[in-house]
Amino acid sequence: MTTAILEERKDQIHRTGQGDIDIACNRESLAGAVSQRACVFCGSRVVLYPIADALHLVHGPIGCAVYTWDIRGALSSGPELHRMSFSTDLQEVDVIFGGEKKLEAALDELIDRHSPKAAFVYSTCIVGIIGDDLEAVCRQMSAKKGIPVLPVMSEGFKGSKREGYMAACKAMFKLVGTEDISDVSPISVNILGDFNLAGEIWIIREYFRRMGVEVVANITGDGRVRDVGRSHGAALNLVQCSGATLDLAKMMEEKYGKSYIRVSYLGIEDMADSLYQVADFFKDIDPDIVKRTEDLVKEELSKLMPEVARYRKDLEGKKVAMYVGGSFKAFSLLKAFRHLGMKVVMVGSQTGTKEDYAELERISDPGTILVDDANPLELSAFIKEKDVDLFVGGVKERPIAYKLGVGFCDHNHERKEALEGFEGMLNFAREVHSSVMSPVWSFVPRRANKINTIEKGAGNE
Amino acid sequence: MSKVKNKVERPNFVSTTNACKLCTPLGAAMAFRGVEGSIPFLHGSQGCATYMRRYVISHFREPVDVASSALGEKAAVYGGGPNLKKGILNVMKKYEPEMIGVATTCLTETIGDDVPMILAEFYKEFGDLALPEIVSVSTASYSGTHTDGWHGAVCSMVEQLCTEKAEDDGSVNILPNMISCEDVRELKDICDHFGVKSTILPDISETLDGPALEDYVKIPSGGTPIADIKKMSGANATIEFGRCLGTKTGGVALEKNFGVKNHRMGIPMGLRETDVLFDSLETITGNPTPRRYELERGRLIDAYVDGHKYVFGKRAVIYGEEDLVTGLCAFLSEIGVDVILAGTGARGKGLAESIAAVTDGVTSKMPIVREGVDFHDIAEEAGELKPDLMIGHSKGYKYAKAWNIPLIRVGFPIHDRFGGQRILHLGYGGALSMFDKIVNAVLEKKQSDSDIGYGYL
Repeated sequence: MTTAILEERKDQIHRTGQGDIDIACNRESLAGAVSQRACVFCGSRVVLYPIADALHLVHGPIGCAVYTWDIRGALSSGPELHRMSFSTDLQEVDVIFGGEKKLEAALDELIDRHSPKAAFVYSTCIVGIIGDDLEAVCRQMSAKKGIPVLPVMSEGFKGSKREGYMAACKAMFKLVGTEDISDVSPISVNILGDFNLAGEIWIIREYFRRMGVEVVANITGDGRVRDVGRSHGAALNLVQCSGATLDLAKMMEEKYGKSYIRVSYLGIEDMADSLYQVADFFKDIDPDIVKRTEDLVKEELSKLMPEVARYRKDLEGKKVAMYVGGSFKAFSLLKAFRHLGMKVVMVGSQTGTKEDYAELERISDPGTILVDDANPLELSAFIKEKDVDLFVGGVKERPIAYKLGVGFCDHNHERKEALEGFEGMLNFAREVHSSVMSPVWSFVPRRANKINTIEKGAGNE
Repeated sequence: MSKVKNKVERPNFVSTTNACKLCTPLGAAMAFRGVEGSIPFLHGSQGCATYMRRYVISHFREPVDVASSALGEKAAVYGGGPNLKKGILNVMKKYEPEMIGVATTCLTETIGDDVPMILAEFYKEFGDLALPEIVSVSTASYSGTHTDGWHGAVCSMVEQLCTEKAEDDGSVNILPNMISCEDVRELKDICDHFGVKSTILPDISETLDGPALEDYVKIPSGGTPIADIKKMSGANATIEFGRCLGTKTGGVALEKNFGVKNHRMGIPMGLRETDVLFDSLETITGNPTPRRYELERGRLIDAYVDGHKYVFGKRAVIYGEEDLVTGLCAFLSEIGVDVILAGTGARGKGLAESIAAVTDGVTSKMPIVREGVDFHDIAEEAGELKPDLMIGHSKGYKYAKAWNIPLIRVGFPIHDRFGGQRILHLGYGGALSMFDKIVNAVLEKKQSDSDIGYGYL
């Protein structure tokens, strides 16, 4: 256990109920620590990629583009340009002589070929080093092609995903305000920080339709360039996903005076609470909206709760560890697991802030492990220490859980199950249930009650 | 066929769409992973390691720890040396590895980090500690593809670990190219049945396809033992798979430095390329091919005969790593499938010559061969050729779906099916299993396209 945690990482781990929380976060990852984090580019790519009618061109060597080719399940109801992987595939000669010409030519042919509504050009590590003037090329191509060509300053080494979110928001903000908003309803919102994984944003939009609220722009799930352009017309910004799009909401507040609220569509309370917050915001212009929202929630819950109860019977008392990107999601999941009768014993996040961890401390049970920027060895140590039944995370965490004979729920961007909304809660329960209750765990060595001493030659420990 | 071959050259697109290659350090990281007690270490920004881990994990479904020097802005300006050293120390502390395989990335190559020099400093500064072996390879991602990274890492391991002439032990070295875990197991079995000790470098059979365990191990068991790598100089011969390999490889180094005869051959896919392997093993060991493989060979020919009509004249598009594509061409030519287009993202590999060599005497129909292509190029060209089949890794699925033809999944990565690490491509057994798959794919297509619903096919 002790060997799993490097001295320099100790203040990034906290156990609730053991003194005041002062978790160190928002640090650079430690060299050699096998962080689960990604890079600035990853942050930008994640946020912008679901804009389906834009060209997403990665300016750099091939890796950055190829590892992000259609890896996430962000669905589109129309164009699917975002599912392609475009790169300038810089070669040695470009690194020596500069990549601007190649970028220009690539934009030229790709814009002609696909007629996108806008183009995002992502800068990668070496672009900054070799000194390509991305902004100049984009400006020039924008003039030539008559569409917005937006540089995304996302050199990988210039921070973590957070900086990438910021770069993405800055790029998007250049689109905001470019379209006509005369037909936008006064009862209208933008959905920020939802990426339409497995069609989730469609579930949420349907709720708003039933409430009588117009959704102007999806930012960015099933997103469209034109919608982002008129997003300043919406009366209210709803921000989900802690890091990714909050910056954009703040920019819109400053420039257009639009207020925002933080919401979450995961779990039962947070989903309902999000809808009520919206109703509350509009109740002065539309007094009936509160009643409509209450009816909606009531109807959904009457369908959902008996189903959840069935799963809860099996899941009661099981223990969960989760490791998520932004910790806002962790708040919702924590509550969602309580509905399933499950106990969250570890919460980790790649990019949580001090405030996030303080909130986690407040809402979690005593003894819960809170960890910032964890790595495989730490995660495995916590899984064992807490003897968990389920791990929630992404693809990189899955094999850690499975090796240790622990169930797994993919709650990352690669998930193919809709987990948002009331119906998403049911899918979530089903997902969790189908992993935790599988008979396979009875065969894995850790659960098979084998005597430890026979275990020989299984590794180097 | 000749009509197709003489088509005008396509415009040379500047942009890349849906690449048919991966970046160089990924190959190196995978190769380093096939050594006992080894941790791959990427000298670059954190994202590289994380992206590659994700990509590799999705295929193997195993924990894949890849360390990173996690360079930030300061390091990018002042050099990554301090991060590299600190990173190595941290990996030593946490993983207690026997070897750390350091691969560079485009960032550290561009800022001009001299890794061998930094490592020399490191040895000087920390010589009093019990240091693991540290092998380094230069893998700028703007130069070459993941196969170059793989071969580069293998060559570096041979050159940097096997530095003295070991006592002759009659063993055989096998440098197997990028093959699956199951393939490595098959090679081991073949050598065992031949009664010859083999050193397979790298050996990912256990490190990337391990058992369920009682406890999480820091570094999975298995992999080529470092002691064995050091003794490769004492082997009877080296067998190196890959008709598209360059002149700087592990096999070449062992021959040049220690006179270990290098037998270079294609990846043993299909009957004849496997025959080459068995012939070489007979020569090297002086032992005849074990009866079980004679039988397997016989079964393979028998299957070829039984299934030949289903697949004859089918038109296939194949793509992927250059040596895998060559091997597929060798195999497909034997069963009467016409490869109409063979593509790879790599450049300058002599793919056309390799394919001509492995199909010589079996078919006169040479496919269109394209190096340096992406899936956009492949699709543009192949779409008009009306293929019946696609054969390659998962990333061709989008196109197979659009053309409504089966995709037979081979190689790496397999991200949309289960068990990619257990696909057998090599040997008579691999050919049998691929043949079954192809015949069944054709039958399944025929069955599902038919209104009649034949119960016998």
